Amino acid sequence: MGVFGSAIKRREDPALITGKGKYTDDFQMPGMVYATMVRSPFAHAEINSIDTSQAKASPGVLAVYTWQDIEAAGIPGVVPTAWLLPDIKTPDHPILARGKVRYVGDAVAVVVAESRAAARDAADLVQVDYEMLPAVVDVNKALEDGAPQLFDDAPGNLAFDWDLGDKDKTDAAFDGAAHTATLELRNSRLIPHAIEPRAALADFNSSTGELTLHMTSQNPHVHRLLMSIASLGLPEHKIRIVAPEVGGGFGSKIHHYPDEAVAAFCSMQLQVPVKWTATRSETNLTDAHGRDHWSKAEIALDGDGKIVGVRVDTHAAMGAYLSTFAPAVPTYLYGTLMSGQYDIPAIYVHVQAAFTNTAPVDAYRGAGRPEATFVVERLLDAAARVTGLDPAEIRRRNFVAPDAFPYQTQVALAYDSGNYEPALDRALEMVGYADLRQQQAQRRSSGGKLLGIGLSSYIEACGLAPSQVVGALGAQAGLWESAKVRVHPSGSVTVYSGSCGHGQGHETTFSQIVADRLSVDVDQVDVIEGDTEKVQFGMGTYGSRSAAVGGSAIATAVDKVIAKAKKIAAHLLEAAEEDIEFQDGQFQVKGVPDKAQAWGDVVLQAYLAHNLPDDMEPGLEANSFYNPSNFTYPFGTHVAVVEVDPETGQVTLVRYVAVDDVGNVINPMIVDGQLHGGIAQGVGQALWEEAVYDDAGQLTSATLLDYALPRAHYFPTFELDRTVTPCPHNPLGVKGVGEAGAIASPAAVVNAVVDALSHLGVQHLNMPLAPERVWRAIQSQGNGNGQGGA
Amino acid sequence: MAETVTLEVNGKTYEREVEPRTLLVHFLRDELGLTGTNVGCETSLCGACTVHMNGRTVKSCTQLAVQAQGAKITTIEGLGNGAGLHPLQQAFWDEHGLQCGYCTPGMIMAAAGLLQDNPNPTEAQIRESLKGNICRCTGYQNIVKAIAKAAQAGGGGA
Repeated sequence: MGVFGSAIKRREDPALITGKGKYTDDFQMPGMVYATMVRSPFAHAEINSIDTSQAKASPGVLAVYTWQDIEAAGIPGVVPTAWLLPDIKTPDHPILARGKVRYVGDAVAVVVAESRAAARDAADLVQVDYEMLPAVVDVNKALEDGAPQLFDDAPGNLAFDWDLGDKDKTDAAFDGAAHTATLELRNSRLIPHAIEPRAALADFNSSTGELTLHMTSQNPHVHRLLMSIASLGLPEHKIRIVAPEVGGGFGSKIHHYPDEAVAAFCSMQLQVPVKWTATRSETNLTDAHGRDHWSKAEIALDGDGKIVGVRVDTHAAMGAYLSTFAPAVPTYLYGTLMSGQYDIPAIYVHVQAAFTNTAPVDAYRGAGRPEATFVVERLLDAAARVTGLDPAEIRRRNFVAPDAFPYQTQVALAYDSGNYEPALDRALEMVGYADLRQQQAQRRSSGGKLLGIGLSSYIEACGLAPSQVVGALGAQAGLWESAKVRVHPSGSVTVYSGSCGHGQGHETTFSQIVADRLSVDVDQVDVIEGDTEKVQFGMGTYGSRSAAVGGSAIATAVDKVIAKAKKIAAHLLEAAEEDIEFQDGQFQVKGVPDKAQAWGDVVLQAYLAHNLPDDMEPGLEANSFYNPSNFTYPFGTHVAVVEVDPETGQVTLVRYVAVDDVGNVINPMIVDGQLHGGIAQGVGQALWEEAVYDDAGQLTSATLLDYALPRAHYFPTFELDRTVTPCPHNPLGVKGVGEAGAIASPAAVVNAVVDALSHLGVQHLNMPLAPERVWRAIQSQGNGNGQGGA
Repeated sequence: MAETVTLEVNGKTYEREVEPRTLLVHFLRDELGLTGTNVGCETSLCGACTVHMNGRTVKSCTQLAVQAQGAKITTIEGLGNGAGLHPLQQAFWDEHGLQCGYCTPGMIMAAAGLLQDNPNPTEAQIRESLKGNICRCTGYQNIVKAIAKAAQAGGGGA
């Protein structure tokens, strides 16, 4: 096996395991001061007045700013929405509150002081006179008549109303169906919880007009652009954004938030470096949350258990403002996935998205696709129930056939490739499905803990994304990726990538791509990311796009380098260019073994320029802006096995088997690690995690005391395997892997728990499957309430 | 009113004036520049700030610097004997026991505490011992593997 596909150890790690990795808060600058936000304690209120005089007089305080100061500075001062849908409402989101607050945590003022403690002390002295307004936190209630209104120009709190598919055809399919099933599904609100809270260190140089901003970013160029045009009004080329080590993101560090812009504003005003670091509760209050849907989902089948229609009506909470990419999440990353792995002739999805007095909701690991998979895979289990078929059999019966690709779904996507049954078969074999079904029956008759087996045969669309397609769908950006491959005169290589890793190991895997293509040692390749001054432009890392799009950009740039080197080699060997082969580091004249030039010699010639073809410029480097022609479509089957204690409702995940197809694998160790992490997050949602607001809009799960993040002893060892169906449309044959685990696993676990209780008449349970909820469902047996405890 | 604190960190003695409310983690990071020890929460639950104090693991976000008066502190920067990687650091690298790396210093320090007390832990014991340390990236699987491997290699303690 070559370097592509081998589990080489990560070159990122030596710094990180010795404490030498530098995250944003680790940087110090001479004269640096500290910013602390003053945040609204209320979910909805008018601001009558703000008195900053006491805070300004507090020891060590340099300044206190409010919206008035932003306005006086004449900068745009907002954070924008970067994905627009027809008839969408995009009210302004000012970087400091402008007359009104709309969620607990909304930034009202900022205090800058010589120390963290002095800033914190003074923040408590800012007197804000609030006029309380009624709040609404639940998306269903927000859409009811008479609900408290967040914005005058968004009547009924409706941010947008969107649909996809053929409603009439779908309704007709239901009318003629042999079986139907309906589920009321809650997709719980989650807090991403990167362990590093958000942070920024802004340094404005008034003599050059340049702002250097170190910040926790998954996409520094996007942040620079939005910072320039919407927040600060500085020319884009005068802003340098550096994402140093970033301590996890999971989506939460994609979005453009007010706080980092406010830190930059403070530095521009005071002309000293200003550091802002969120506390855990602060980051939990203000990081964009994930999910938060209520859906009515229906499936219709014929007498043979073939699906004839799927109909979904979803209410999606958007929070107090429309965050950066929020409108895409419950629409084009959700409704388009409603065909799952199945050949479904009629689908209709209707989504109403509402403003609520909560933190904004935006992309969080999986972003729309876990929600869609939860709908589809819960419906498949409901279909198994109403048809009397085994959950594995109903899936098998409805899979898109392997010879049907490319497969056009009824919800816009064209699946480029797939082969679903082998992954299901392998997962069933690994878990010992038939034996487990026997054990389940025995346990039911013998008493004791109940056994449940849950399947999730997921598909996702990632490797975001073909720019023309997303442009037509509302993206205010292209989703290509850039790479520059610079070959140095000695033959070593530096890659500048627009991707921006934050734990994914890009420096390692991207080096593997280059080393493989150039037949150079992997240690001869360096990868630079995360600095707008070093990298030309980049869309960043999210949507499982870095290997498929960023990696393909690198591969394409390497191929351009090779093409030029081939011309040089042909010239040196006095052969025709088309007769030159590049293999194992040698440019070889086909069929003439002794006529060859080594890679290093050709590179050196490119720089010496003593003997180049006419009209060829010296040097050896290439740029690529790779724009994918389609999404990539990873798929697989996950199986969760749970034990449920009928006395207490306690659920224990006893086994978890995952068979995934992510196409060609660059580094299996890293791919497995991505799956482990994604599975853990999805299982976390299914069993423990939930962001909870009370009716007044207080986030009652703002700290780790209240939000049940999973720990090591909650999990068994995950059992993984793969099938390999390469992506047909990118040069590496790779698909995304970062989100797959989180997309597949919630449905697998919930299906398993419902399966454990199905003989009691339990048909559905909402997440998280905490003991009380499960216990109540068990207790409700026999009263006909199939949604017991939901 | 500033207080004088004298303590030994990674074998070196420091004397500093600190505000009494200064947390040990901020003292290590801001005063001594030892930024390997991270802050991930404010409730002593995530464990990113785990260090050793007089040979025991403590969360430096719930210790005041003045409580460390006279103490011997070891941080991730001081783990091992100075000649190459500590067996736990090596095992975390070998087994892909980290992704973003933010929880890693605390995780390694907590694991060192475990192996000091129990040089041959079972997988269940390893998982239980990590109750106080949260990782959001790895699903813990390779962390557990790494600690088991370091234990096999006789990598207990600091």
